[in-house]
Amino acid sequence: MISGFALAVAAPWLSRIAGKHGGNLLAMLPAVLFAYFLGLVQPVTGAGPISEITRWVPTLGVDLSFRVDGLSLIFCLLITGVGTAVIAYTGAYLASHEQLGRLQAYLLAFMASMLGLVLSDNLLALFVFWELTAFTSYLLIGFKHHEDKSRGSALQAMLVNGLGGLCLLAGVILLSNIGGNTSIVALIGQADAIRAHPHYLAALLLVLMGAFTKSAQFPFHFWLPGAMAAPSPVSAYLHSATMVKAGVYLLARLSPVLGMTPEWVGIIAPIGALTMLIGAVMAFFLTDLKQILAYTTVSMLGALVMLVGINTQESMAAAMVLLIVHSLYKGTLFLVTGSVEHGAGTREIGELGGLRRAMPLTAAIASIAALSMAGVPPMLGFISKELWYESSLQLALGGIPLVAASVVANGLGFALAGVVAYGVFFGKPAHPDPHPHDPNFAMSAGPLLLAGLGLVAGLFPGLLIEPLTGAALTAMAFDASHYHLALWHGINPAFALSLLTFALGAALYTGRERVVANLGRLAGMGRYGPKRLYELSIQKSLAYARFQTNLLQSGYLRSYVMVVVLTSVVMVGLSVTWDKVQSIVVPALDVRLHEVLLAVVILGAALMMARIGASLAAVAALGVVGYGVALMFYLFSAPDLAMTQLSVETLSVILFVLVLRSLPEAKSLSSRSTRIRDALVAATAGGLMTLFLLIVLSEPFQSRLSGYFNENSAPLANGRNVVNVILVDYRAFDTMGEITVLAVAAIGVYALLKMRKGEGGSR
Amino acid sequence: METILAIVIGGLYGTGLYLMMRRSMVKLVLGLALLAHAANLLIFVGGRLVRGVPPLVANGAIAPPDGSADPLPQALVLTAIVIGFGVQAFLLVLLKRGYTLMRTDDLDDMRTTET
Repeated sequence: MISGFALAVAAPWLSRIAGKHGGNLLAMLPAVLFAYFLGLVQPVTGAGPISEITRWVPTLGVDLSFRVDGLSLIFCLLITGVGTAVIAYTGAYLASHEQLGRLQAYLLAFMASMLGLVLSDNLLALFVFWELTAFTSYLLIGFKHHEDKSRGSALQAMLVNGLGGLCLLAGVILLSNIGGNTSIVALIGQADAIRAHPHYLAALLLVLMGAFTKSAQFPFHFWLPGAMAAPSPVSAYLHSATMVKAGVYLLARLSPVLGMTPEWVGIIAPIGALTMLIGAVMAFFLTDLKQILAYTTVSMLGALVMLVGINTQESMAAAMVLLIVHSLYKGTLFLVTGSVEHGAGTREIGELGGLRRAMPLTAAIASIAALSMAGVPPMLGFISKELWYESSLQLALGGIPLVAASVVANGLGFALAGVVAYGVFFGKPAHPDPHPHDPNFAMSAGPLLLAGLGLVAGLFPGLLIEPLTGAALTAMAFDASHYHLALWHGINPAFALSLLTFALGAALYTGRERVVANLGRLAGMGRYGPKRLYELSIQKSLAYARFQTNLLQSGYLRSYVMVVVLTSVVMVGLSVTWDKVQSIVVPALDVRLHEVLLAVVILGAALMMARIGASLAAVAALGVVGYGVALMFYLFSAPDLAMTQLSVETLSVILFVLVLRSLPEAKSLSSRSTRIRDALVAATAGGLMTLFLLIVLSEPFQSRLSGYFNENSAPLANGRNVVNVILVDYRAFDTMGEITVLAVAAIGVYALLKMRKGEGGSR
Repeated sequence: METILAIVIGGLYGTGLYLMMRRSMVKLVLGLALLAHAANLLIFVGGRLVRGVPPLVANGAIAPPDGSADPLPQALVLTAIVIGFGVQAFLLVLLKRGYTLMRTDDLDDMRTTET
């Protein structure tokens, strides 16, 4: 996994050096990893899971504990296997694209995160990888970042997944609080206690939110077709073969912890079935090859979720096999779509036909994959469908709608497989590009491999699929000792359903044009779906943000001041209770006449300033206030302050006069009512400050630092003026900062004065 | 005496804030100056008032006399006075520069960045 991230960093660079073979070179890594995981099959199926723990954030219970069992192994093999095909394909597909390296880097980073996701035994680490996949998916969907549509789709996928991710985090935290542990293995041990816990339902719903958004379940399904804005290989990899299955993985992984309850079956299975139907029906009305595949993916994800929701040994086995099958054929078909677009210049099924002659290899690949999609023997797709039907038939009465929905969805899937493979490659030639052609080897090898695997696995299910799914069942706490997979199950109800499906599918395929023409108008209803809700909420929140900005960021300084003042008045005012006001006891220093006179002068001068505003007289009044304050300092034992204040005041009065000289006499700009309003606000704030100070003074005074300063100034710092010692010794760094501020201000003043009009800042 | 000073401080805050809420930039700077005085006095008075015993160590003594004023608020206020002056000087020059460029002292006319 680490190697994946490392190579992702180096990918753009490698891709440039290696030129057109860069794709094949980078594909070596997933290939090697695939071989490595393949080597693990024997030990894992034989001896049980392998784990490895590295402490990461021990205080939060976040460990990087990796655990390879049957379930994760299936995913690892899919991730690296499809990854090899996709990365090799990408190198050829976008060979002339200048940012190919970037795409490959994202793909490798995604692969690494996805591996981390399926290998983590720690729930929190799993969540981190979960979010990483969403993040890399965002980058990949938005790869064509100069197109509005790509960016919009990427954002949509990110927001929907982000919402689910947050819910998942909450669910994970809740779960680990209930179980007191973040390790999945440990939680499985406490499954009974967790299921009986009052927070069980909340945890379940939160985790489901995460899984449903990731795996594009209704009503969150709309982001997946949108994500098709990504280049075809990305769609093949993330949005059909691996990432969208993370939700299914999570459900399967947590089924021993949370499953086997009425809530689990009652929520998950219907939603899965609904998604399955919606996806299949929507796909039926579309004409863009890639969109068709996207919606059938939604449909199959629904089926997977439904099977996991049914949560019996048979349904789980069916889900695992279906998962493998789907990744193999759907990944292939997406890649084939890329090749068709590459070779024939369009993805519209109306404009495609008879490509068999020009693209024989692609046609063969597509046919194999489509047979698997249609669930025709001897493909693996047939086995998965048989298992699927068997497991739904085992359900009691409640299973009937599920079985019916499955047959309809599979019938539609069969018809669509016909559209995708037969319609495009056989039939009448019709395509805009006069010279369609097969892509080169790198682009064909991957899909060929994936499609071939589907065929081989169907013929010899015992070879790899049976031990793998068996181990996965063990990982989900089922007893898989009598588990057996076979292509031919004999003539049973499931086989009858299969035949029914084929008949329905064939009828739908031949009648497709008529059905679409008659019901096409209904397809417009899609506009009122959850996607509309998403768009509306985005629009409204933007509008609200604008409204808020206009309200708070008016651009008028005085309204900011007003807001700040009012906020402080309210906040401080709330803390001033009547009790406190009543308990004010000021340690009264006796009142002396000259001091009172001074206070009156200061106050009078300030009030005069407020009245006359901007003029030299106001500056004079400001000087009076400043000198008055200096005198106050002097009277109350602060000679240093008095001296500083005197000199500073003198300087600032001079400055004010110099500047004001060049300004015109100020006019009264505000209306009378505004001034009265402002005066009221200001007076309230001032009054509150008085009150505040009086309350402070009523409290006993504590000065912990001053004692130390007083005792040590003379002996240690050799200074007799304690204030000075504090400034230059105890708080020397502060003083240095202060000097720096002054220096910067001085430089600013100098620069502004030197600048002539029309120079520098003026535009 | 503290009560009287508290009233003075409240008055300074009030007038300072009032001036800051005006449209003229000169008044803004004047208001800010008053606000600085108010804040300095607030800290100073908050550190309790003592008449005639500054925190100075007499020759031969090792500590200031008992009952002397608290040196810490004084040190803080001293820093504040100086910084306040720096800010004020910068603001004033900025004001002058702004007026030279825009020929206005009205903050409402300065809302755009373009001149």
